[in-house]
Amino acid sequence: MKTVTADPKGVDSGPHFMDGDHALAEGALAAGCRFFAGYPITPSTEAAERFAERAPEVGALFIQMEDELASIAALIGAAWAGQKCMTVTCGPGFSLMTENLGLACMTETPMVIANVQRGGPSTGLPTLTAQQDMMQARYGPHGDNMIIALCPDSPQECFDLTVEAFNLSEFYRVPVIILTDETVGHMHEKVVIPPADQIKVVPRNNYSGPKEDCRPYKFDSKGGHPMVRAGDGYNFHVTGLTHNERGYPVMTANQNKIVVTHLMEKINSNADEIIRLDEDQVDDADVVVVSYGITSRIAVKAIQDARKEGIKVGSLRMITIWPFCEKRIREISAKVKAIVVPEINYGQMVLEVERNAGGRCKVISVNHCGGAVHDPQVILDAIRKANQ
Amino acid sequence: MADTLRMDRMPHIWCPGCGIGSEVNSFADAVKRSGIDPKKLVVVSGIGCTGRVAGYVNFDSMHTTHGRAIPVATGIKLANPELTVVVFSGEGDLAGIGGNHLIHAARRNMDLVVICNNNFTYGMTGGQVTPTTPGSAMASTTPYGNYEYPFSLPLLMDACGATYIARWTSMHSRNVTQSIEEALLRKGFSFIEIISPCPTLYLRRNRLGDGVDQLQNYQDNSILKHGCDTRETAIDYQGKIVIGKFVEKNKPTYLEAADKCNIKLVGDDYQLYGKTIPEREAEEKAEKERIAARRAAMQAEEDAHNGISHESPVASVAVKNAPVKTAKKAPSKIQAKPVKKVAAKAKPVKKAVAKTVAKTPAKKVQTKKAAPKTTAKKPVVKVVKKAASKVAVKAKTAPKKTGKPNKTRK
Repeated sequence: MKTVTADPKGVDSGPHFMDGDHALAEGALAAGCRFFAGYPITPSTEAAERFAERAPEVGALFIQMEDELASIAALIGAAWAGQKCMTVTCGPGFSLMTENLGLACMTETPMVIANVQRGGPSTGLPTLTAQQDMMQARYGPHGDNMIIALCPDSPQECFDLTVEAFNLSEFYRVPVIILTDETVGHMHEKVVIPPADQIKVVPRNNYSGPKEDCRPYKFDSKGGHPMVRAGDGYNFHVTGLTHNERGYPVMTANQNKIVVTHLMEKINSNADEIIRLDEDQVDDADVVVVSYGITSRIAVKAIQDARKEGIKVGSLRMITIWPFCEKRIREISAKVKAIVVPEINYGQMVLEVERNAGGRCKVISVNHCGGAVHDPQVILDAIRKANQ
Repeated sequence: MADTLRMDRMPHIWCPGCGIGSEVNSFADAVKRSGIDPKKLVVVSGIGCTGRVAGYVNFDSMHTTHGRAIPVATGIKLANPELTVVVFSGEGDLAGIGGNHLIHAARRNMDLVVICNNNFTYGMTGGQVTPTTPGSAMASTTPYGNYEYPFSLPLLMDACGATYIARWTSMHSRNVTQSIEEALLRKGFSFIEIISPCPTLYLRRNRLGDGVDQLQNYQDNSILKHGCDTRETAIDYQGKIVIGKFVEKNKPTYLEAADKCNIKLVGDDYQLYGKTIPEREAEEKAEKERIAARRAAMQAEEDAHNGISHESPVASVAVKNAPVKTAKKAPSKIQAKPVKKVAAKAKPVKKAVAKTVAKTPAKKVQTKKAAPKTTAKKPVVKVVKKAASKVAVKAKTAPKKTGKPNKTRK
């Protein structure tokens, strides 16, 4: 990935005391995002408000659209007109966005969507936390496709991962979803925004070659293919229909195989490059706690207490949720007695862990139906049980 | 035409007798005549038969999801204000599934041209009822006749604040071209509705003959009423179709309003995407001059072809104005007495307009001022006049029916 330093105009360098939602907006501005279309929804609204407040001084544009369907549609338009763009939402809004999330995947349109998760289903718990949209982020749109999803555990990571989300999105030309949650979104902590020259960003790569060679797509299972920008004179065509590399509709089983294979493989075959994990004391562990987002910070307490009791327990925090760290789970499952998976849902990522553990070790799910974070004691009990 | 259409995508999917082809033809013609830079034009469509337009026009084009053409177009326009963005889609896409986006884009006066092919049917899926299907018409999902109340799209758009509203039929292809050309050159939300035949589904199911029969119906039943009160534009089953330019007024677009707010806040060095307002205005002015030059060159070529000689080139014609032959008259006078002037100018419609004015409350007349004013300023070219005179003949034969405002809409 070719990077440049960030445009200082969008970087509010220095130490801040801010919540995760605000950090999402600051991360976007630092990454060079200059277009934000959103719709108010608790608990993500503060990110939209922050962007709206900062947009005039940065020279960015904020628009509150009529709904989430329109918000993500506007991002697709803005991206093809040359802007890096972002929206934020949570469950109910994300449900609406899945329609054009599919179009964005199909048309390989770079964008960042932050889902500040709240308790569901339906209107559920608008002001209370959850991690219940993990599978929806991956499988929400109809048809086969692949996205990248990142999971920050703190306001600082909301900033850092938003910058990274933009970089991945630009390179792989794929929507990147930041799956944070109400707790992180509303948690105020110290956030240090580095000076602009220390922030690496992937700039928009626009095609500039001869017109006859212009292809909006290249089905080679790789990233790095340039976008084509509206107004540059290439007369591109973009469609949600199955298409060829020229962008023209070709509706055959064979062409769909070519397109869908590319959409999946450009992420899956580069999973090693994309996936980021945070591991602690895994090497000698008998039990590993696999967690993500706010739950990983709760798990730290349980892990410390278990270590005091002499249980050899380690932690694997998934920073990248999708693509899933299949290889690492397979490796770990061959070495440990059990894997403990706490999450604020009724068992979503644990399914991936179980699938990849393949029966080589026990997999213990520690569920919570949302509205609060786990009691560390519950996770500790699971670790004890796992160690038996 | 070959340079405005993707010839490598032909043949197109539209049925013989369908109105969409002639609309695309008018659109391509309008783009050419407008003098705008085709490189800076983006066409966005939704889903359906009309949704396929984006795939056949040789500009930057996006074929989006069902109903979402307008928000995608909004994103394009706001991300690069230099672009001219046209939404070309059907009534089911724009007013049905995309209705929320349509009304909000009009409300914001988003700088878009929306061309709506209204054929009263969902063609691609086999002829289901749409939000504009007139009462009693048959559709595959109203097999015993439609009993819903349809939208009148000009009225809907007027209520939402659209700053340009016109309606034509597939028979009025030169007026369609004229309207699209005007819309391409103006700022703000422009809505052009084109009533069009769907022979395969709507006409066949309702036993209304083929496309040509329906064009005859449009010819017989169209009533030209520029500046007409949009409350009188409802369409009954095979009934009268009020056509014309109903609204044309100026108000700041979304971006202009945003600029005004932001410059107050940030000061003169306010920038959007790295460009100050004066920089953007200078670019816009330069582009307008280029457009004017292209138009003047085209006019000169046309005149040379027709053997007309000009003492001075047409370059003096303002960019937005079509060549106006009656330009000698002082526009200020026209503005002073807009309604009367229109009534006097467009004789055939006199009765109707007079009635409209008499029946509508004073408040409404005031808000409507803009429409007749601009109508007077820019008389629609010869074709319209011809059409108008035809209507005049019709009007004589059946004056009562044509002049009546729709009773049911009270």
